[in-house]
Amino acid sequence: MPSSDPIVLETHDRHAETEPETEERPLTFEVKNLSIWYGDKRAIDSVTMDVPSNAVTSIIGPSGCGKSTFLRSLNRMHELLPRTRLEGSVLLRGQDLYSTDVDPAIVRRRVGMVFQKSNPFPTMSIGDNVVIGLRLNGVRDQKFLNERLERSLRMAALWDEVKDDLHKPGTSLSGGQQQRLCIARALAVEPEVVLMDEPCSALDPIATAKIEELIHELKTKYTIVIVTHNMQQAGRVSDYTAFFYLGRLIEFGPTTKIFSNPSERQTEDYITGRFG
Amino acid sequence: MHSKRQDQHAWRKIKSALVSAGTFVSALLVIAPLGLVFFHLLVNGASSINWDFFTQLPKPVGAPGGGMVNAIVGSLELLALGSAIGIPIGVLGGVYLAEYGSARGNSMLRFIADVLNGVPSITWGVVVYGLVVLRFKGFSAYAGGLALGLIMIPLILRTTEEVILLVPNGYREAALALGIARWKTIVHVVMKTASKGIVTGILIALARIGGETAPLLFTAFGNRFWNHDLSQPIAALPLQIFTYAISPYDDWHRQAWAGALVLVIGIFCVNVLVRILTRERAPSTA
Repeated sequence: MPSSDPIVLETHDRHAETEPETEERPLTFEVKNLSIWYGDKRAIDSVTMDVPSNAVTSIIGPSGCGKSTFLRSLNRMHELLPRTRLEGSVLLRGQDLYSTDVDPAIVRRRVGMVFQKSNPFPTMSIGDNVVIGLRLNGVRDQKFLNERLERSLRMAALWDEVKDDLHKPGTSLSGGQQQRLCIARALAVEPEVVLMDEPCSALDPIATAKIEELIHELKTKYTIVIVTHNMQQAGRVSDYTAFFYLGRLIEFGPTTKIFSNPSERQTEDYITGRFG
Repeated sequence: MHSKRQDQHAWRKIKSALVSAGTFVSALLVIAPLGLVFFHLLVNGASSINWDFFTQLPKPVGAPGGGMVNAIVGSLELLALGSAIGIPIGVLGGVYLAEYGSARGNSMLRFIADVLNGVPSITWGVVVYGLVVLRFKGFSAYAGGLALGLIMIPLILRTTEEVILLVPNGYREAALALGIARWKTIVHVVMKTASKGIVTGILIALARIGGETAPLLFTAFGNRFWNHDLSQPIAALPLQIFTYAISPYDDWHRQAWAGALVLVIGIFCVNVLVRILTRERAPSTA
């Protein structure tokens, strides 16, 4: 392990040097000095990071490094766990997600999420799974729902496979199809950002390739942040990469730079497989 | 040395056989009463079950024929009244325990519900007698329904809580991540996913209270005639069986057997329904 003392505050300042490379793009998220606690345990330690718009940002790091917590803090999903505490701020296009007058439900409508395990609702058909977000948010217009259903499924590259089976249960699909169904479900409410928490970790290589291709297409319309255990995947799909270790952001920058010429020793060690 | 080992082996075999036999006999003792009860009811009651039994009012002593239609309908009315109280409170309370509340408060509520589940049913009758019958100066279907409903609440509460906790968290997260409000997530996703389990819990509670007699003794009281006014005493199958069984008339005894048979078959049917529902339970959990 390169750094014997994990609580080095300068790390945070040092990574700032890599930031200028992102400044030309408009930003979707500006995370400032974010710290998150679960009870007494600090999961995220003063992270400052910008997420550029219409790009794929991947978050890598060993298990327990806080990458999932960080991802969930971007749509306030981490708050579902009891006894969480947060300091710092997360700005979504300039608006603080954690200011007191912000409803988490509205945040989540703007920032959608796809989970590690595909989780289509078992009581609903394929079609209902896609439009449930709209329906439960008050949309009744069937024509509108049908249009949105087809468009979301097309965007998730699933339409051709399921268009004749929309009434079948969502759980009747294969694992990879279920995950794309979940992506369609997230897209149907028209979020600005899609967060993905290891979306391919339960999928075979072919299904993974399909999702990765999809991610590539989606970034023209959406900002995507993806947590992945798989460094090759981060290399393949993302434009920017953030490396987390022990709750701190060690390094953030364009993926090509992180993978070919990281500034931090820890990043290099992790990427070359020396630890993690 | 060798023979000692063989002795031990033989002794082990004997012990094993003894334990097997013991468990077999115990299992038989568990099943036997059901068989005996059902056989006895069939022998004594089947002959008195006919069309009249389901369509006629009780006849005066000595007059042949007559039925228990008022008691059958009365029982259904009491079950409906009990359900009106027990199902909403039990289900919502179970949802609260599973989805809301603090860990400490919830474990206390859970404990209280478990204690209530162990309260003898006649106690509920006494409680309702004190609270309702005395105050309104009369036995009534409402009082009987209330007593049954109070018994249902903790039963349904606990089963609802259990099946709701079985719903994988991934579904809650998926719904909340779509910006769906918490209560809508619970109603449309969580409860819907657990709906079979919830219905099963309700049916089990109904089967349990369907045969209750004690809580009705001084609440619904019983009635030999039709009663369509719920604020008046009402007949119930278990009550009618009780009255007839302790009477000195052979004719009434036969009717009591028939009533008991009908009641057992009804409860048996509910249990079969529960089995069917639970068999195709839980679509592959995510």
